[in-house]
Amino acid sequence: MLLAELTGNIATVGYGLAAVGPGIGLGILIGKTIEGTARQPEVASRLFTTMFIGVAFVEVLALLGLITGFLFT
Amino acid sequence: MTLYTALTVLPLAASDHEGSGGGFHAPSISEFFPPAIFGEGTIFEFNRVMMVRVIVTALLILLLALATRNAKLVPARAQNLVELGLQFVRVDVAEQIMGHNAKRFVPMITTIFFGVFAMNVAGIIPGLNIAGTSVVGLPVLLALWVYFTYLWTGVAKQGLGGYLKSSLFPPGIPWFMYILITPIEALQVFIFRPLTLALRLLANMIAGHLMLVLCFSATSFLLLEGGGLIPVTSALTFVAGLGITLFELVVAALQAYIFALLSAVYLNLAVEAEH
Repeated sequence: MLLAELTGNIATVGYGLAAVGPGIGLGILIGKTIEGTARQPEVASRLFTTMFIGVAFVEVLALLGLITGFLFT
Repeated sequence: MTLYTALTVLPLAASDHEGSGGGFHAPSISEFFPPAIFGEGTIFEFNRVMMVRVIVTALLILLLALATRNAKLVPARAQNLVELGLQFVRVDVAEQIMGHNAKRFVPMITTIFFGVFAMNVAGIIPGLNIAGTSVVGLPVLLALWVYFTYLWTGVAKQGLGGYLKSSLFPPGIPWFMYILITPIEALQVFIFRPLTLALRLLANMIAGHLMLVLCFSATSFLLLEGGGLIPVTSALTFVAGLGITLFELVVAALQAYIFALLSAVYLNLAVEAEH
């Protein structure tokens, strides 16, 4: 008996998998920035800028997953 | 997020036992390659995305020119808004990252920030509805501008040898580690920086546009072609679409900020010799 059928390409699952690691990474990154800001509110603006540089590097990993979904179909 | 997943599955399930009226068409990458308006097949092919870019550029120039034409010491509303943006880029992006080296690069970073932001915002303006940066040409152009500027600045400031030494051989590392570090740094400086700069912007805009299209085409499908009580669920997809529209506004500003910020970081690495 066939319960569920999947047609098409398994690559569509790829983006979901690619988003897991960067998701954890962003959580740690932003959480640590909040922690740092709470300890030392006077460096908040510097931490904020540094956080966004980090966010940009982590985010691109997830976006590569999105791009490969379109490239290898 | 679960709500969103459920919403994307619903129309697909509905299309199975409906079948009438053409069914549900999931958005695909062909969204970004609309038919040409004129000049099809030539290098000057002009389609809807191009038209959006031209309109946005004209609007941006017009806005900046009108807001700053009669610049006063005590600014009025429009001038105030533009000055807020200009000050944000100069103080919070350029000077925060580059310090006293910022002055030379403020015009470039300002151009990047305002240009990218205007092109991104076009994605959620009714009537335009596609971001000028959602096709690869514009992000690549901006990334190459940053790429060649930081290479040129690095070589001009530190000399060819000095620039290669400071970027490929970071100080304070035992010599045998250079076997590992130098190839990675070379890939980083010469390939990954411009590539990721362009890809980040492009992929964000593609993903945002696809989410919007998915929500609103699902709304139209559920409302017009769903049987029984299914049209009621179109309210959910519609509200989700509105939410994603607001989210896209945030993403547009954030990506413009990140693009300008990373440009400043890369330029700063080229200007400063040792750090």
